[in-house]
Amino acid sequence: MIEVQNITKRFGPITAVNGVSFEVQKGEVVGFLGPNGAGKTTIMRILTGFIPATDGTAKLAGYDVFENSLEVRKRVGYLPENAPLYLDMGVVEFLDYIASVRNIPPEKRKASLERMIDVCGLQAVLKQEISELSHGFRQRVGMAQAMIHDPEILIMDEPTSGLDPNQIIGIRSLIKELGQEKTVILSTHILSEVEATCSRVIIIDRGKIVADGSLDEVTKRGKKGKVHHLRVRGDRPAWENKLKSLAGVRSFTWKEEEGGLNLYEVFTEGDRALGEELFRLAADSGMTLAELYQEKTTLENVFTQLTQKES
Amino acid sequence: MSRILAIFKKEFKGYFNSLMAYFFIVVFLGVVNFIFIWFVLFPSKQASLREYFEFFIYGLWIFVPAITMRTWAEERKLKTDELLLTLPVRDYEAVLGKYFASLAFLCLVLALSALAPISVALVGSPDWGPIFAGYLGLFLLGASFAAIGTAASSMTENQFIAFLLTVVICVGLLAIEELCAMLPLPDFLVFLVTFLDVGHHFNSIGRGVIDSRDVIYYLSVIAFFLFLNVRAVERRKWA
Repeated sequence: MIEVQNITKRFGPITAVNGVSFEVQKGEVVGFLGPNGAGKTTIMRILTGFIPATDGTAKLAGYDVFENSLEVRKRVGYLPENAPLYLDMGVVEFLDYIASVRNIPPEKRKASLERMIDVCGLQAVLKQEISELSHGFRQRVGMAQAMIHDPEILIMDEPTSGLDPNQIIGIRSLIKELGQEKTVILSTHILSEVEATCSRVIIIDRGKIVADGSLDEVTKRGKKGKVHHLRVRGDRPAWENKLKSLAGVRSFTWKEEEGGLNLYEVFTEGDRALGEELFRLAADSGMTLAELYQEKTTLENVFTQLTQKES
Repeated sequence: MSRILAIFKKEFKGYFNSLMAYFFIVVFLGVVNFIFIWFVLFPSKQASLREYFEFFIYGLWIFVPAITMRTWAEERKLKTDELLLTLPVRDYEAVLGKYFASLAFLCLVLALSALAPISVALVGSPDWGPIFAGYLGLFLLGASFAAIGTAASSMTENQFIAFLLTVVICVGLLAIEELCAMLPLPDFLVFLVTFLDVGHHFNSIGRGVIDSRDVIYYLSVIAFFLFLNVRAVERRKWA
């Protein structure tokens, strides 16, 4: 559905996007994740034909963004950052305008308008002017605007920014629902959002893709091996000797002592989990094990690892 | 075409959403009608439409920039240009839609301003020729100013700067003949300057003579500034 090859965008001396390539299949919901200024918005602007790339090609729904911009734009719905809208227009008036520019035939216009009002929950504000709307409702009008022509591809730049928790839940379930039949790209810097809505995540940092894959794949990439936290009673040398001799342990570090309990972090080799072996070790040697758990690599860990600036 | 029409409708309606537009209409019509009464209804003896039209021009170069200043500047300020230009619309279609809307608004105001002269003319024995020619001239002049105004508006996100820039260009084009008359210029330059002067072309139309050269002049001014407008909108692509 979307094929991006080697896209580069320079603004004068600054390279905002640097050789980005990826493909998105129909029905995928892809989350662009990255710190502010990573180039997410620039990539989206290139995909929607707002600005051209300095280099590289992008194809959406089979059409080249640069050569067939109009065809692409017909098939794409775009919600720009902060949902810019014409403030002096009424909600219905605005959606009707978008529908008419998008050439939705008049006889279908009413139906698609009603569908959007229903899907985006706009009944309460129909008679209002956009300037009177809260941020959350503006965002929803922006979504309605992006979807009114039932596009194959939806591109949304920070769809939930500035919304309250209830609204966020609403928008997320809407995105999930849409993802079943449409191809969706959304950008965010909220990690839980990706976890909640996306089937795939692309982490972007300083104009480059640093990770791309399903949530599981990306979180696995983060740390080499697994980490066990171990809280034990007993003298340290005895424990440390045992740990050294246990197969599958790559290394361990002593963290702290508290009330006679020592806390260790145990790193395993490869992808092996050693929970059972560690328990056995304690039981066999008659030493006290107070706490044992395996640290979960979250997207958050991976994100910080991959995008932290070297300083 | 339908896209131009859709944008045209939205923009034209938009003029009535802002209080400023009504304010300008009222002030403009007030001034113009005052001028009409002053110069035409209480003339020394001779009813002078010529003077009426000439003063009308001074109204236009303030009024037109005031209505066109928000055309593109506001889109840039609200960032709605990103919305508009990612719709399946070509840049020139957006430019034309907006321009035609400003023309329609201009026509409306010109029509309103013509009520007084026409009603007076109906009482007397009107000489329709100069009236129509004069209004055609005003329309062409206003249309040129509107093209200048929308182009200036596309170059900044500050409406006030757009307004000033338009006024400066309009006045420059109106006064270029008079300004250059003070300089010792070679003949061919004098010809060029006279040709460039908008007012000069207006005068001959105002006399009731519709010369194709004048019409072509206005059309080329309009085309030139609309071209600049499209380039300014496209500028985001070359940044």
